[in-house]
Amino acid sequence: MRKKISVLLAALLCASMIAACGSGSSAPATTAAAEENATEAAEAAETEAAEAAETEAAEPAAAADFKVGFICLHDENSTYDLNFINAAKQACEELGIEYQLQTNVPEGQECYDVACEMVDAGCKAIFADSFGHEDYMIQAAKEFPEVQFCHSTGTKAHTEGLDNYHNAFASIYEGRYLAGVAAGLKLNEMIANGDITEDQAKIGYVGAFTYAEVISGYTSFYLGVKSQCPTVTMEVTFTGSWYDETAEKEGATKLIQDGCVLISQHADSMGAPTACENAGVPDVSYNGSTIDACPNTFIVSSRIDWAPYYKEAITAFMNGENIDADWTGNLATGSVVLTDVNGNVAAEGTQEKIDEVKAALEAGTVHVFDTANFTVDGQTLESYMADVDTDANYEGDTEVISDGYFHESEYRSAPYFDLQIDGITLLDTAF
Amino acid sequence: MNKKSHTPLAHISKRKVLPWYASWGIRLTGIVLAFIFCAIVTMLVTGENPIQIYATMLYGAFGTPRKSWVMGQETAILLCVSLALTPAFRMRFWNLGGEGQILIGGLACAACMILLGDKVPNAALILIMLIGSMAAGAVWAMIPAIAKAKWNTNETLFTLMMNYVATQLVAYYIIIWEVPKGSGKIGIINQSTEAGWLPQVGPSKYFLNILIVAILTALVYVYMNYSKQGYEIAVVGESEKTARYVGIKVEKVIIRTLILSGALCGLAGFLLVPGTNHTITTTIAGGRGFTAVMVAWLAKFNPIAMIFSSLLLAFFGRGSNEISTVFGLNQSFSDILTGIVLFFIIGSEFFINYQIHFRKSTAKEGK
Repeated sequence: MRKKISVLLAALLCASMIAACGSGSSAPATTAAAEENATEAAEAAETEAAEAAETEAAEPAAAADFKVGFICLHDENSTYDLNFINAAKQACEELGIEYQLQTNVPEGQECYDVACEMVDAGCKAIFADSFGHEDYMIQAAKEFPEVQFCHSTGTKAHTEGLDNYHNAFASIYEGRYLAGVAAGLKLNEMIANGDITEDQAKIGYVGAFTYAEVISGYTSFYLGVKSQCPTVTMEVTFTGSWYDETAEKEGATKLIQDGCVLISQHADSMGAPTACENAGVPDVSYNGSTIDACPNTFIVSSRIDWAPYYKEAITAFMNGENIDADWTGNLATGSVVLTDVNGNVAAEGTQEKIDEVKAALEAGTVHVFDTANFTVDGQTLESYMADVDTDANYEGDTEVISDGYFHESEYRSAPYFDLQIDGITLLDTAF
Repeated sequence: MNKKSHTPLAHISKRKVLPWYASWGIRLTGIVLAFIFCAIVTMLVTGENPIQIYATMLYGAFGTPRKSWVMGQETAILLCVSLALTPAFRMRFWNLGGEGQILIGGLACAACMILLGDKVPNAALILIMLIGSMAAGAVWAMIPAIAKAKWNTNETLFTLMMNYVATQLVAYYIIIWEVPKGSGKIGIINQSTEAGWLPQVGPSKYFLNILIVAILTALVYVYMNYSKQGYEIAVVGESEKTARYVGIKVEKVIIRTLILSGALCGLAGFLLVPGTNHTITTTIAGGRGFTAVMVAWLAKFNPIAMIFSSLLLAFFGRGSNEISTVFGLNQSFSDILTGIVLFFIIGSEFFINYQIHFRKSTAKEGK
C-alpha cells in the first residue's frame, strides 16, 4: 500500500511538473538595454517628472533619453512576431534609441502588467503586436496618459477617444492580392503544362480565425488569383489559433488531399509551408520568405513591414507631436511588401506581372475589392454596412461600398471585409 | 529470480521518519543545489556571473513596487488553489481537477458579468458571482466525488477528465461571446462600465486578492486542525476502515470535502476573472491546478507552510522570467530553469523518504 502511494505521489509530482513547465509562467523576453534596466529603473522613475516638464516645453527629447517598449505575443519562432521584432530592431537602430522587447506575453492581465512595468522602466511609447492585447493596452493607456500606447491590428482606437492610444495596420489585402497574382500565373502554367485541367484549379487556404482580418486576407488573395485564372475556386480551413504548428500542418495536408493544387495561409507557424514542401505542392506563405525551408515549393510571400510605422510614430512622439488614432500603411509608404519571387517555382514573367499590377493598384486604376469582380450569393453588391465600430452585437454601422468598390481599411486601419463571396468554400467555421 | 544473486552497486530502502530538522535540511540542500545548478546553466548560456543572475532573479520578483505586487498576486492565487486542494489531499482523494474547477468558476463569473452586467447593482452582482463561482467549482468537484463515494471510481482520472470538459465548455462560450465576431476573444468584459469588477482596495489592484487569500489561509488552517470535520478528513485519509469503525460516514465526508475543495477552486476563478483579468480564456488557470499539487505536497498540507512553498514557486517563475528578459533568451529558457528547480525540489522529497545504500566491498550490508 505504502509503495503504491509513493508511486502515485511520484506520478502526481511529475504531472504537476510537466503542467508547470508546459503552461509557462507569464512573460520572458529579450532586450537591448539589458542589465542596466535594473539599476536605471529607479533613476528613470525619479527623472520622469523632469523629462515630462521638458516635453511640455516643446523641446524635442534627445534620442538618448527616449526609450520605447515592444510587447510580442510569441517569440522569434513565430513568423508573425519575427516580422515585428525585426522591424522594431531596425526602426530603433536607425533612430538610435533605446528599446525594451518582451516576448511571449499572453493576451491577458500579463499584457497590462508588462506594459505598466515598461512605463516604470521609463518607456515613453509602448507597442503591442497581437489583436488580443488591445483591451489591456487600453487599460494601461487610461492609467498612464503621459505615455503613448500603440497597438497593431486593433480596432478600438477611433471609438475609445484616448489621445495616447493608437491603432495601426497596413493595406495588406493589396499585398495578398499581388501574391495571388503570382499564384494565378502558377495555376495557368500548370494548366498549360497539362498537369491539371481548368476545372481542377482549386486552391487551399489555412486561416486562423473566422475573423474579418482573415476573411479580408483570403478573399483578397483569391481575387488576385482569379484575376489571372478565372476558373479558380478555393477551400478554406480554420485552426482556431494564431500559432498552432500541428493544426496548420494538418489543415494544409487535409486541403492537399482534398485536391487543392496550391496553398496559402494566414496563420503564423511554418506548419502549412512544411506540409506543402513535403507534398511538393506550390505555396504562397505569409509574413516573410520561407524559401530556406521550402526551396522547391515557395513562390512568394507578402508581409507588412512595420518599420516605417515605428519610425514615423516614434519620431512624432520624440518631437512632442501626436499621431492619429488610426494609421494605415500601404504600398506607397513601404508598409506592404513582397519578398523576392522564387524563380525555381514561380511561372515565367511573374515578377513583371506583379510590378504591373502593383503600379495599377498604386495608381488607383485597379481596386482589390472591385464589386464587378465578385458576387455574394450570385448578386453584385451595391451597398454594405460594415461593423467598423466594434460592438458586442456585431452591428453594421458604416457604408463601405462606393465608387464601385469596397473601401477596405479606410474607415479604420484594421480590416473589416467580412463577406462570404462566391467561389470560396469554408470547410469548417467552428472558430 | 536467480538464487545466485549478486549484490547490486547500490540499492534503496525506505527511511524511518526523519526528524524535522533533517528533512528540512535535505529540502534546503535541494533548493541550494537548484540555485547553483540554475546559475551554472545560465552562466554557460549567457556568460554572466552567478551573483548577477541571482540579483536579476531577485529584481524580477521584488525589483519595483509593481513587481512585488504582481509577485504577491501570483503567490496569492497559487496559494488559494493549494488551500483548495488540501482538504481533498489530506483525505487521500487525489483531486487533479483544480484546473477545471478554477475555469468553471471563472466561466460562471464571466457569464454573470456579460448577462447581468447592466441589470443588477454592482454589489449584488459581485455577491452573485462569488456564490456562482463557488457553486460551479463545487459541482465540478462533486461529480467525481459522488462517483468515488458510490462506485469507488478512480478519482485521479475522473477529475483530470473534468478539466478537459471545463476547457471545452469555456471554448464553446468564448465563441458565443467573442467580440469582434470570429476573433476567438472575449476581451475585457464591461471595460467602459466596469460592472462586476472587484473594487480596488488599498494601495494596489492586487491587494484585495492577497487579503482574501490571507484570510482564507487562516480559515483553512483552523478548519483542518481544530474542527470536527477536519479531524474526520484526517481519519478517513489514514484509513477508511477505521473511519467506518468509529462511525464516520465516509461517503458523506468524501462528498462534503470535495464540495469544499471545488468551491475554493471556484473562488480562485472568482479572484482571476472579476478580480484581475476581467475576461475568460481557456488558459486563464495557467496550470495552477497542477502546480498547486506540488505546493501542497511540499508544505505537507500545512496551510501556513504553504505560504512559503507557493512564494518559492512564484519566485522562481517570476525570477526566471526576468532572466530570460534581461539576458535576451526566449520563454523556453525560463521554463528550463523552472523545470530544474522543480526537479531538485521533488528530488529532495525522494531523499527524505528513501536512503541509498552502496555496496560495501567486503561486509554484507544489512537492511
